[in-house]
Amino acid sequence: MSESHAALAHQFDDPQQQAEAVTLGIWAFLITEVLFFGGLFTGYAGYRANYPQAFAEASHHLDILLGGINTMVLISSSLTMALAVHAAQSGKRQALVAFLLATIFLGVVFLGIKVIEYGHKFEDHLVPGRAFTFPGPHAQQVQLFFSFYFAMTGMHALHMIIGIAILSVLVVRAWRNRFSAAYYAPVEVTGVYWHFVDIVWIFLFPLLYLIGRH
Amino acid sequence: MSHPMVSPKLYFLVFATLMILTGVTVGAAYLDLGPLNTVVALTIAGCKTLLVILYFMHVRYSSRLTWVFAGVGFLWLAILIAFTMSDMRTRSWQPAPRGWTATSFSSPPGQEGTPNREVSEGRSP
Repeated sequence: MSESHAALAHQFDDPQQQAEAVTLGIWAFLITEVLFFGGLFTGYAGYRANYPQAFAEASHHLDILLGGINTMVLISSSLTMALAVHAAQSGKRQALVAFLLATIFLGVVFLGIKVIEYGHKFEDHLVPGRAFTFPGPHAQQVQLFFSFYFAMTGMHALHMIIGIAILSVLVVRAWRNRFSAAYYAPVEVTGVYWHFVDIVWIFLFPLLYLIGRH
Repeated sequence: MSHPMVSPKLYFLVFATLMILTGVTVGAAYLDLGPLNTVVALTIAGCKTLLVILYFMHVRYSSRLTWVFAGVGFLWLAILIAFTMSDMRTRSWQPAPRGWTATSFSSPPGQEGTPNREVSEGRSP
């Protein structure tokens, strides 16, 4: 971390081995993440199988337009992240900073839209708890759906916030020229994490927003 | 480093495909395919995931060991879902008694509508 070209940590034989270890490290972390979100998805699957009607009814109260825009925003942020990694590999400092900033910007846009959506849910009394009201016989099950909605999108948003914090650190380090074509592992690894968060949303969007639309 | 550079052109191609698939998944949601709606949605999401993992996350250009690491998470996830669902969907659910003081399974008026009573909502009669 001292100088930009002290690229090889002393415990590794060569840069190749170091890169391999870094990649395996982030994937080992992502395995735990897959199973963490997997627990939420499993719970969702079980209760949706029990209450298909209620889950479809509840899904109609999510904003498909805002959800769709957010999906495109997040995919775009994955593109800028991939281009940031490419800029880092090519040793282009300005492009790296620009693409990292673009990724942060898109991440913030996503969270902003999420805040608007959450606001609507509060106004419509769809937040689980005492104020929750829903007409019809399935109120309890609809509340269960919204518990899953807030738990899953909330955990996803938390991962976005952490990602944005990491990206901000990367921007500062990139600006100070700490990365080079020989050493850009932090950018690469953050990219892998960011794309994983994108994948979680790729499943959340159809499973929460798009049930029973026909 | 170990990862060969992926050309930006390929990134844009993957990006365009992901965008198109997003449109397809929204469109498919408005078609009435019965239970196939969920299958289609999950298949499209799976394809998008594969594209992101292979190209954006560079797994396609990584070592075999990375392939294994990337794969096992999803393997265990499949086990988690398969075993949980096989239990939930094949278990004979009994309506819960209304507390320990209940003398019969017929709940007194005013206590209807708690989640336990609705367990069988989605089942075939």
